[in-house]
Amino acid sequence: MAKRMDNELNASSMADIAFLLLVFFLVTTTMNPDTGITVKLPPWSEDDAEEVKLNKRNVFAVLVNANNDLLVRGEPEEVSSLRERAKEFISNPTGRADLAEAPNKAIISLKNDRGTKYETYLMVYNELKAAYRELWDTECQRLYGVPYSDELTTEKKKAVRSKFPFILSEAEPSAYGEEEK
Amino acid sequence: MSKFKKKTDKGLPAVSTASLPDIVFMLLFFFMVATKMRDSSIMVKNVVPEATELVKLEHKNLVNTIYIGKPLPQYTAVYGTAPQVQLGDKFANTDEIPFFIEKFKAKIPEPQRPMIFTSLKVDGEVTMGIVSDVKTELRKSGQLKLNYSAKRKQ
Repeated sequence: MAKRMDNELNASSMADIAFLLLVFFLVTTTMNPDTGITVKLPPWSEDDAEEVKLNKRNVFAVLVNANNDLLVRGEPEEVSSLRERAKEFISNPTGRADLAEAPNKAIISLKNDRGTKYETYLMVYNELKAAYRELWDTECQRLYGVPYSDELTTEKKKAVRSKFPFILSEAEPSAYGEEEK
Repeated sequence: MSKFKKKTDKGLPAVSTASLPDIVFMLLFFFMVATKMRDSSIMVKNVVPEATELVKLEHKNLVNTIYIGKPLPQYTAVYGTAPQVQLGDKFANTDEIPFFIEKFKAKIPEPQRPMIFTSLKVDGEVTMGIVSDVKTELRKSGQLKLNYSAKRKQ
C-alpha cells in the first residue's frame, strides 16, 4: 500500500510574496484623481465665422493682455473684484441699462494675448466660472433650499442652469508678447 | 479544590500568524485595483496652477494627458528652454496631436469614446500662445472635451 503523503502545502512564504507585491503596488500607486477646470471647446470650422451682431449691453468683454493686466468692458480691473463684477453684470439686480438684459442673454467674451501667462488666464477663467457657480447656488437655494451641487438630480441642475446659462466665447488670441522660440 | 487553577507558567503563547497572508492579500487587492500606472515620465517642468472651481475626472482610463512646460534641465541641451508639448513619453510638435488623439481613441471601446477627456497639464509659467495652438489642434481633431488641470487652492 502506498504511503499516505502529508500533502499540506507550506503556506508560510505566501505572506512574504504577498508583502512583496503589496509594497510594489504601494509605491507605484497614484491615488489622487486628476482635478481641473473642464471646458467644452467649440467645434472647428474652416470658414470664417459669420458675424453676429450682439447688443453691447449683453457682452461682458474680458481682455487679459501680455502683461497679465485685466481689462473689463474697457476699464482696468483687478482679478479679485472680477467675480463680483461678473455676478452683478449677469444678474443685474437693479435693472441698470448698461448691464445684461436678462441672465440668459449675458455673454462672457474672453480674449487673451499669446503672451498672457497661463496661470493668469486660468485664474480669470476660474473667477468667471465661480461667478456662475455662486449664482447657481443662490438660485438653487431659492428654488430647492439646497446649495447647487453635483448630487442634485439632472432636472434640477438643468432648471437652475437654464436660468443662468454659462456662455463663454473665446476669441483667437492676438499674437502679442509671444515668447521667443 | 479550586476550579480556577493557576496556570503553570508557560510563557506567552506565540501569536498565530496564519491570518497574516489573508490580511496582506486584502490590502494587495485593494492597491492593485486602485493603482493606475503612470505610463510616461514627465519631461517638462509641470507645476499646475491653483483654482477653486475644480471637477474630478472620474474615469482614469478615459483621460488623455498632454503636458506643456519648459523642458527639465537634463533635456534643455537638446530641446532648448522654450515651452514644449509632451505627448506620451516624447516631445512633439502641435501638429502631431491629431494622431496622438486617434491613437488614444483606438484603445477605447466605441461607446465610451464620446466621454474621453483630454487633460492639459500646463505649467503656470507657460504663455498662452502654445496652449492656444494645442487647443486649435484639439478642435481640429474633434476632441472638444478639455480639462485644464489644476490643484485645489489651499
